[in-house]
Amino acid sequence: MTLTICIGSSCHLKGSKKVAQTFERLIEENNLKDKIEFHATFCMGNCQKGISVGIDDKVYSVTPETAEDFFAKEVLARLGK
Amino acid sequence: MRKFDTKVQHLKYKVLREVARAEWNNHLAESIFEIPKIISPGPHSTMRCCIHKERAIVTERIRMAMGGDKENPNVIEVISIACDECPTSGYSVTEVCRGCLAHRCEDVCPKGAITHDEEHHAVIDKSKCINCGLCAKACPYNAIINRKRPCENACKVKAVSMSNDGEAQINNDKCISCGACIYQCPFGAIVDKSFIVDVIKMLKESVATKQTKVYAVVAPAISSQFSYAKLGQVISGIKALGFHTVVEAALGADMVAWDESDELVEKGFLTSSCCPAFVEFINKFYPQMVDKISHNPSPMVALAKYIKDHDPSAKVVFIGPCTAKKLEAGKDKAKPYVDSVLTFEELQALFDSRDLEISQLEEDVLDNASFFGRIFARSGGLSEAVAQALLEKGSDFVAKPMVCSGIDECRIALLKATKGNVDFNFIEGMACINGCINGAGCLTHGEKNKAEVDKYGKEAMEKTISDALSYVK
Repeated sequence: MTLTICIGSSCHLKGSKKVAQTFERLIEENNLKDKIEFHATFCMGNCQKGISVGIDDKVYSVTPETAEDFFAKEVLARLGK
Repeated sequence: MRKFDTKVQHLKYKVLREVARAEWNNHLAESIFEIPKIISPGPHSTMRCCIHKERAIVTERIRMAMGGDKENPNVIEVISIACDECPTSGYSVTEVCRGCLAHRCEDVCPKGAITHDEEHHAVIDKSKCINCGLCAKACPYNAIINRKRPCENACKVKAVSMSNDGEAQINNDKCISCGACIYQCPFGAIVDKSFIVDVIKMLKESVATKQTKVYAVVAPAISSQFSYAKLGQVISGIKALGFHTVVEAALGADMVAWDESDELVEKGFLTSSCCPAFVEFINKFYPQMVDKISHNPSPMVALAKYIKDHDPSAKVVFIGPCTAKKLEAGKDKAKPYVDSVLTFEELQALFDSRDLEISQLEEDVLDNASFFGRIFARSGGLSEAVAQALLEKGSDFVAKPMVCSGIDECRIALLKATKGNVDFNFIEGMACINGCINGAGCLTHGEKNKAEVDKYGKEAMEKTISDALSYVK
């Protein structure tokens, strides 16, 4: 699975770094380094609704507060965890 | 609201704007014959001896706006017919000469070139004069002046000279493409090649096919430009042109500062590699110092590489104050990553070619880099950033920078370094005085620009380099 976080200006100012840190921690905790390709991109064309997070080709809106929840519901669920 | 410092810039801008407009509308080839009439409608000339010459010069400007002479590797060219062939008499005595008794000018002349006529006025024998300027310095009335062409005066590497026909010519073996002559020529006879047409083609293709994304990488000097609008509106304008997104080159500067500090510790002596005109200056005039040039890419290249490594569909256009970046973009180190380069002048022309009044647009945001990446735009910023990187790493290595603002200062530092035994271990070289904020491609060049850059730096959300880099490493 490819997990992408937007680090473009708009998402950055909304706190995408916190979301990225949460994801990194959860990937580590769940031992998912082999299953998830996690990387950053500068714009996902969803600036108004950011922070943008992509799972494969689909774009979602996440906040630092919802990041952990999102990871459980969207990422772990897809991986059957 | 005034957008440019000079009427020469305004003229160049008008040509760029019309060329860009024609390219957007897919009729550039046909417009080549029409644009001179738009710029110089006539019937009377307003800039030159006659309307025909005026339009002929505009035609040459159109050629430069379309990329200039493809055979010439330099990005800076002389428009010969636009050159006014300014008289260059060197040192001459003006009517201010009082015919005094002291004759200090005569005494100080090392070549015996000065005599006095029957009215006791100084006369310089041109066959003996070596233009050393001692007489001018000695005269208490400042009666002796140096009549040097503005272009020659601006060129600190003596690449501009006079051809046999009296027109300015550029020696490519010496030219470092800094663009100083462009800004100084009062007739606009020296021009940087523009790649505005290539960029428009890239944008049109991206919008039409959706196969590519064009990223604008903007230099931090932008904070002192477009002062009639807000920076956020400039960003909105860039996106409205069809760019996928806008990223701060200052983030590339953060990357460079971080890596360059390691390199400095490892090698013990370095010269910076950010300013392409400074790098070119070392290559051409101090080849013995080439191995001291930092092996780090410039911020433009570092960031463009990062973008392309993460997005295979990316095209990268650097937008900045610099003419030498156009040269750098064509070099092997940059070519795979940087697709084109625009100046702020050209960006203004692009906005207006689409009738985008940016001061009316909503404000977007721009925030990728730290304070330290952003202050690369002004002299001293790079050295501060390298020192900061060392501090953040807890290194006990002490950077002793020699901050060189302008080529004259760069030359002195390099000369000292070649002799050894210097009390600095890092040369920050910027070809433009005060740094990028005085680049030849800036819309305006002013004293307050440095303060603008520092203000913009302080607005960065990330306060340290490691914070700014935390997720791009």
